[in-house]
Amino acid sequence: MYGFEPSDEQRMLMDAAERYAANQLRAAGREADEAGEFPQELIEKGWELGVLQASVPEAYGGFGERSAVTGALAAEAMAWGDLSGTLAVMAPTSYVMPILLGGTEEQKKALIPPVIEADWKPYVAAFVEPSFDFYEGEMQTTAQAKKGKYLLSGEKAYVPFAEQAPAFLVFTMLDGALRAFNVPSDAPGLSVGEREALLGIHALPTYRLKLDDVTLDEDALIGGEGEFDAGEVIASTQVAIAAMAIGLSTGALDYALPYAKEREVWGVPIAQKQSIAFMLAEMAIEIESNRLLVWEAAWKLDEGDPDAARAAYLALSGAADTAMMVTDRAVQTFGGHGYVREHPVEMWMRNGRGIPVMPGLAMV
Amino acid sequence: MISFKKSEKLEQASVLMETVAENMMRPISRYFDEHEHEIPWDYIQFMHTSQKAMGGAGSLTESAARKKEGPSISFQRLAVTAEMLSWGDVGLWLCTPGGGLGAAAVNATGSAEQKERFLGRFQGDDPVFDAMALTEPHAGSAMPAEVRTTAVRDGDEWVLNGEKIFVTAGHKALVDTKGFVVIWATIDPSAGRAGVRPFVVEAGTPGCSVTKLEHKLGIRASDTASIVLQDCRIPFENILGSPEVAKAEKGFKGAMATFDATRPLVAASALGIARATLEMLKEMLSERGVEIRYGLPRSRMTNIEREIVDMEVMLHSTWLLTMKAMWLADERKTNTIEASMCKVKAGDVVVKITQRAVEIMGPLGFSREFLLEKWFRDAKINDLYEGTGQINRLIVARRILDYTRHELN
Repeated sequence: MYGFEPSDEQRMLMDAAERYAANQLRAAGREADEAGEFPQELIEKGWELGVLQASVPEAYGGFGERSAVTGALAAEAMAWGDLSGTLAVMAPTSYVMPILLGGTEEQKKALIPPVIEADWKPYVAAFVEPSFDFYEGEMQTTAQAKKGKYLLSGEKAYVPFAEQAPAFLVFTMLDGALRAFNVPSDAPGLSVGEREALLGIHALPTYRLKLDDVTLDEDALIGGEGEFDAGEVIASTQVAIAAMAIGLSTGALDYALPYAKEREVWGVPIAQKQSIAFMLAEMAIEIESNRLLVWEAAWKLDEGDPDAARAAYLALSGAADTAMMVTDRAVQTFGGHGYVREHPVEMWMRNGRGIPVMPGLAMV
Repeated sequence: MISFKKSEKLEQASVLMETVAENMMRPISRYFDEHEHEIPWDYIQFMHTSQKAMGGAGSLTESAARKKEGPSISFQRLAVTAEMLSWGDVGLWLCTPGGGLGAAAVNATGSAEQKERFLGRFQGDDPVFDAMALTEPHAGSAMPAEVRTTAVRDGDEWVLNGEKIFVTAGHKALVDTKGFVVIWATIDPSAGRAGVRPFVVEAGTPGCSVTKLEHKLGIRASDTASIVLQDCRIPFENILGSPEVAKAEKGFKGAMATFDATRPLVAASALGIARATLEMLKEMLSERGVEIRYGLPRSRMTNIEREIVDMEVMLHSTWLLTMKAMWLADERKTNTIEASMCKVKAGDVVVKITQRAVEIMGPLGFSREFLLEKWFRDAKINDLYEGTGQINRLIVARRILDYTRHELN
């Protein structure tokens, strides 16, 4: 049976995430964008919502079971407040989820609890690479097996909190397949570059990461000699980012609606003009329809549906276009005032453009 | 609970309708497009017989009978049926007997006695059509506020005068079968839309005649009739809703609830055409060695791949929104905004997909050798009937801005 209502349990988590989004992330978002970071205690509060912890079974230090739907709902709710902040809070998901989904039993027991049971610490994935046509199916970073060790070489980009990260989950090609390695931050050959300067998500510190023949023991390979379903990991991150895109878009629309009713032109609110009203209606329609696409992709992931990978890809495609369209129109609704940094809409428009390059930064 | 699992009953309806669409519709699709105003009796008879055998499944009237049962999927099933039959042929889908928009109006606003009287006929031996007549020559989107057709009470009768146009299946309802048309008329021209009521006019009523059949861009298998009412007398009991103007606003709003069911239905139908087009497009490309690779970033996609991926996103997201609108209806929850949202987007999507498919297939797309050009023509009606894309945008905008129709028009 079709169903379009979150469960009571999901609703409770969403309520908490919505409160955090409004009272913490939204309240601090603009200042954080200018300052280049969120205060650590604010990230900590988001971490205490327990979104990731609730996705991890007790055996590995968590208190729940992974549900991509629940994760997507929480990500969406948080991103309504601020995208950088949501990515900061959820950064450790990019490290934990691939291990949870594809790691060996030993790896799960050894690597997940230190992240889950502690305060927020930026264990993160190094996924994206600095090329215009970056494609996760053909990464340039490579791993080679040599005398019982693995040698990793390449360059990663958009690695959040790399300077503070205790360890990275580095994605590379190994024998033509996408794999992940656990790489401690003090591994020889690993170097963190300058902080990146980006168009948006200014409050999320990201870095380049260089790997120059980083030598790792065999047990660093997530999943070991066994199967590693990279497709599931990719779908998981596509759904997470797509959900954030929907949250970002909803936030922008919700911000534009009251302004359109308040701002007057020739004596009437601009919202009473069809040119503005239709724009807003179309924004709402795109958000609502693409939200369902994201939910369905998440649901397919949870069901183990063979179509989940394609669904997640399409959901991200739709959600990314929605984010760009909606945030652009939010600026348009404010006219010249939307271009001024006094309002957050210009920031959301910059963040919206970045959605397609963000897979790898968070997972559900 | 969030779930996208099609229930077994929906799956069954889908499979059954696919068989009908493939075997009863596609083979005659081109013929009835090229022979406008010919009536596809074989299809009509077949649908009537099979629907009767299934207890009237697939019609808008069915939800009334099932209203008291537990969790319902009637509206969802209607959407699935509309989508699949329109995948077969939308013009023929509009020729499906057994309860269309007129029946939906009776169902949404009629008393139990009226439902019995007017809807019972669909279970008879012969196929019966119904229709809804709202638009008049001087106004379409401004309806029903600007209805000029009048209903004047005379004892136990109403006397109707006026002209209706663009009545889908009007000829089939009044001339070809013993059906009925729901005519929107005003009982008090000074009261504006508050005075407007739907009335049931049955086939064979003196003073009610079909005066014209339109020649159209698409959906040619479906008749689009003009109806003239000249001192047309109907029983007093044929009014749907209250005969008092004072109670009218409520009665009027009840009547408008009809659209909450019919708009998602039109959206579903539109998406059937869109899916047919996208499937044929992919098939034709595949036969010519073009396969779509999923998962690539846009910088690595061909133009055709990007077009197809965009089409899949817009098609499927709109389908889910349509199902949500119907799910809300089944759950007896308000779905006005979702109904208009899915209608807006489905109208856009089917127009975009069919226009681009013809473009992408070049000389083949433009040729009448294939159905792509027909679907391009059929598609456009979905952005026009049951409220144009613009009217439905207005409805969505009013809802999200919390405006009345006086504040935003």
